[in-house]
Amino acid sequence: MDILNALVVFLNFVFIPATAYGAQLALGALGVTLVFGILRFSNFAHGDTMAFGTMVVILFTWAFQAIGLTIAPLPTALLALPLGIGATALLLLGTDRVVYRFYRKQRTSPIILVIVSMGVMFIMNGLVRFGIGVGDINFDDGGRFLITAREFREMTGLAEGLAIRSTQVITVVTAAVAVALLFWFLNRTRTGKSMRAFSDNEDLALLSGINPERVVAVTWILTAALATTAGVLYGLDKSFRAFVYFQLLLPIFASAIVGGLGSPLGAIAGGFIIAYSEVMVTYAWRRVVTYLVPEESVPSGLMQLMSTDYKFAVSFTILVIVLLFRPTGLFRGQSS
Amino acid sequence: MAEPFLIGDRMTGGYGAADILHDCTVAVDKGQIAVIVGPNGAGKSTAMKAVFGMLRLRGGQVRLNGEDITALSPQDRVAKGMAFVPQTSNIFTSMTVEENLEMGAFLRRDDIRPTIEQVYDLFPILRDKRRQAAGELSGGQRQQVAVGRALMTQPKVLMLDEPTAGVSPIVMDELFDRIIEVARTGISILMVEQNARQALAIADKGYVLVQGRNAYTDTGKALLADPDVRRSFLGG
Repeated sequence: MDILNALVVFLNFVFIPATAYGAQLALGALGVTLVFGILRFSNFAHGDTMAFGTMVVILFTWAFQAIGLTIAPLPTALLALPLGIGATALLLLGTDRVVYRFYRKQRTSPIILVIVSMGVMFIMNGLVRFGIGVGDINFDDGGRFLITAREFREMTGLAEGLAIRSTQVITVVTAAVAVALLFWFLNRTRTGKSMRAFSDNEDLALLSGINPERVVAVTWILTAALATTAGVLYGLDKSFRAFVYFQLLLPIFASAIVGGLGSPLGAIAGGFIIAYSEVMVTYAWRRVVTYLVPEESVPSGLMQLMSTDYKFAVSFTILVIVLLFRPTGLFRGQSS
Repeated sequence: MAEPFLIGDRMTGGYGAADILHDCTVAVDKGQIAVIVGPNGAGKSTAMKAVFGMLRLRGGQVRLNGEDITALSPQDRVAKGMAFVPQTSNIFTSMTVEENLEMGAFLRRDDIRPTIEQVYDLFPILRDKRRQAAGELSGGQRQQVAVGRALMTQPKVLMLDEPTAGVSPIVMDELFDRIIEVARTGISILMVEQNARQALAIADKGYVLVQGRNAYTDTGKALLADPDVRRSFLGG
């Protein structure tokens, strides 16, 4: 029995990576939930919006590196983030102007908007692939580790090491700041409250003199900020590849729906639920178990419930279960 | 006769091809209460919507203080000093009572604290519940929030679509008392009511609509006393 080492293995391979991943999903799901709450449709282009924002950030990162502008030990990408958010906001506002506004004026049903957003998704998909290619891009140039596994072992004398990568800490801190800012905006400012009012009761918001076009514009800007931040954090933590970002759509939607579409708090909870489940179901637990049971009873298998190739099945299963038993999500969001 | 403060004059129109209102006139004078009553489907709510600009008119005019506002959008009418409390979904359920009031005053750029205090003085229960989500309140309290929200723009005319729908008789009496209080502050009130007898009792002016037409128009008292109106609409 060696509970301490088991705990270190668990933290190192499950808890810390899943927390960073959960924070990234939560930011992505917040964007989806915001668009759903205000514009009342599921935005399938969200994954590719993340990819677009990240692409712009990578391009600026390269430009900054070329002229020697860095903020070591922090990654240069954080410096380029505001520019990426700006460019993405322009893209989304432009898309709204040429695509979504037309359908909004016609008061089309949400399902048509969902399909329209799929079209937008393919366009953005193409934009990103033309812009930066389909390959794997690593753009993290900051310090690698806060604590390396070796340092930790030497410090504690334990057999197992605990590595904390700087990108994981940056992810969690940035996500926390972004969420705090978002909630402050929605609950304390006039514009934020008017967005909640619009989401709650559109007709009454109009009767109160709230300008719908302004609410929609602010929503797209916030969505751009959240999507770009989520994309950049994911890319720093892992790497950037256009196709992977497109695939992120499933866990992000699962997070938003599990929490309850339209509920910001639900999106955050959903993000962490999906992330922890995905990592825990696909993790090979053998190494943790080795420390917890006598040597002779350690099973010979990997003790992995599912191969990591199937990780999307986990989000999908949770999604189906939630939709069956609590269709409005854990935090009672809107249903449409 | 002097022009009433707000008048929907000989309005004709409907939602689709068919007209619901035919030459229908409703009006209210400054600081008075006008009530629209009539059987189901008589076009009472439609008449309200027409006055507020939520319905395109094929004929007739809406004038506020002598000014023709027929072409204005509902939002523009709010800016002109009109306020409307719809019959259903008339509050922001997920927001607190105080936030509901703040949203009511969205168009105002000046200090809204005094107006919020006035609303709390009018509906003391809302002061106690101001941090609570409006959706958690009882039916009567929700109506108070709805009326309070509408009052936040400091309107000159308050339009109420069945303010007492679905509340108990005791709450109904209390709401009517409050509405009289609001009228005493100089705000004109135009309302549609299902509870015709009680509503006409507090009305300065009453309109009985039948199939989108003015059937009887008189003071509230006179209508209550009119044997035809009593027999047809008030149950004897």
